[in-house]
Amino acid sequence: MDKVKVAVTVNGTDYERDVEPRLLLSDFLRESLGLTGTHVGCEYGVCGTCTILLDGQSTRSCLCFAAQADGCEIETVESLGAIDNMHALQEAFWEKHGLQCGFCTPAMLMVAVELLRENPDPTREEIREAVSSNLCRCTGYQTIIESIELAAQRMRQQEAAE
Amino acid sequence: MKPAPFQYERPKTIEGVLAVLNQYGEDSKILAGGQSLIAMMNTRALQPRVVIDINRVPALDTLAVEDDTLVIGALVRHSEVAGSPIVREANPLIAEAYPHLAHRPIRNRGTLVGNLAHADPASEMPAVMVVGEAVMTLRNHDNLRTVHAEDFFLGPFETAARPDELLTEIRIPVAPQEQGWGFREFSPRKGDFALASVATVMSVVDGKIASVRLACAGIGPCACRLADAEGILAGATPGEEAFAAAAAAAVATIDPQEDFHADAAYRRDLVGTLMRRALADAHGRCAA
Ligand SMILES: Cc1cc2nc3c(=O)[nH]c(=O)nc-3n(C[C@H](O)[C@H](O)[C@H](O)COP(=O)(O)OP(=O)(O)OC[C@H]3O[C@@H](n4cnc5c(N)ncnc54)[C@H](O)[C@@H]3O)c2cc1C
Ligand code: FES
Ligand code: FES
Repeated sequence: MDKVKVAVTVNGTDYERDVEPRLLLSDFLRESLGLTGTHVGCEYGVCGTCTILLDGQSTRSCLCFAAQADGCEIETVESLGAIDNMHALQEAFWEKHGLQCGFCTPAMLMVAVELLRENPDPTREEIREAVSSNLCRCTGYQTIIESIELAAQRMRQQEAAE
Repeated sequence: MKPAPFQYERPKTIEGVLAVLNQYGEDSKILAGGQSLIAMMNTRALQPRVVIDINRVPALDTLAVEDDTLVIGALVRHSEVAGSPIVREANPLIAEAYPHLAHRPIRNRGTLVGNLAHADPASEMPAVMVVGEAVMTLRNHDNLRTVHAEDFFLGPFETAARPDELLTEIRIPVAPQEQGWGFREFSPRKGDFALASVATVMSVVDGKIASVRLACAGIGPCACRLADAEGILAGATPGEEAFAAAAAAAVATIDPQEDFHADAAYRRDLVGTLMRRALADAHGRCAA
């Protein structure tokens, strides 16, 4: 099959690759670009662990072909922070035990990023709604909600101080 | 799993899409939001030889009211429809049903028209379109035809659209101001497909039900209109008694499927309860 050219910006870096049309965006990120922070579970849209931001919108990367992302801007969990310089959401997940095995975490963080950009002061109900798209088999969700609540509060304080 | 190899086409115009459809017909599939198609390709339930990506066809993203008709093009995403003040104003039933449909990431990419073309028997939107009297615009390379929602949904994943046709847009008459609306569903988890859902619109004149439309989804091969129940309600005094009689009539006519999610008796019960609640909601929203 003919290959298709894909030019994307991922976390601020430009990439260009020739890909098979059937290559999923999730596999493109993980295998072609080596960005393995984005996880893959079910590959049919249900578990949510592959969720990334495509032009700012949360998207299942397993339900999108890499070829479709041509010209788009992608944000993955790698955009958030590093071990010695964590994002407020990552700090809060760490402190509040928002993760156990960590399999669902990259996508939980990305849906939280989308939520807090639009709504810096969400209610618990709004946080529940946002994370309801993603499955977590470890935490029971309560600590995830608390983590996002805490991060939102800190991000608002930081914003006010600036 | 991974999809089987396919030829990828990305036309920029409607004519371009129709030309490719004309060439490959049954061997091809339209790719809209991909939220059903790619899932089925990943499991290899579908292995189209040609995938026609319509995401770069700007002519398909209309969302507007034209001549008292709400027009929604093939590329308008669920999120856009759900959040649109135009839609809420023109057809509040659609806005009422949307919070039940899937989750944010699915709604960000999936389209309303793709959802209707897919015709999942458990989907909310076919029932909403039947009640809202939507009209589907279908085009192939040399023809344009329209099909009413009631005649469009033929069975599970089966519609009146032919393999060489593109569903370019749907057109829904703007709902009269005085009309009330109701949508109720039950699903075990928020955002999942419904075990049953009921959609209705109603208007009341001089204390009597002047017009009513009712449809349910999730209980049979496709969304179906509940004509017997509508007959009982027409001309009746709106209230618990009439709603219960109509619900009983509906429950007697439906033939719900059984699966591991729910048996038939449970689904019947659900339809009755959801219907009484949806009718009460609609009645409460009728302008006096
Ligand atoms: C986890 C999950 C949960 C979901 N929950 C729900 C839910 O609760 N309720 C619900 O209703 N849906 C649900 N969905 C499905 C979702 O609504 C899909 O977006 C929708 O069914 C398909 O729309 P799409 O634009 O993604 O179409 P695609 O997946 O791109 O296409 C679907 C089918 O329609 C055909 N098609 C698409 N557009 C056209 C067109 N313009 N003309 C002709 N044929 C066309 C395609 O060829 C394909 O066969 C869920 C999906 C997932 C993954
Ligand atoms: S891997 Fe994409 S939703 Fe499960
Ligand atoms: S932390 Fe293990 S799945 Fe969520």
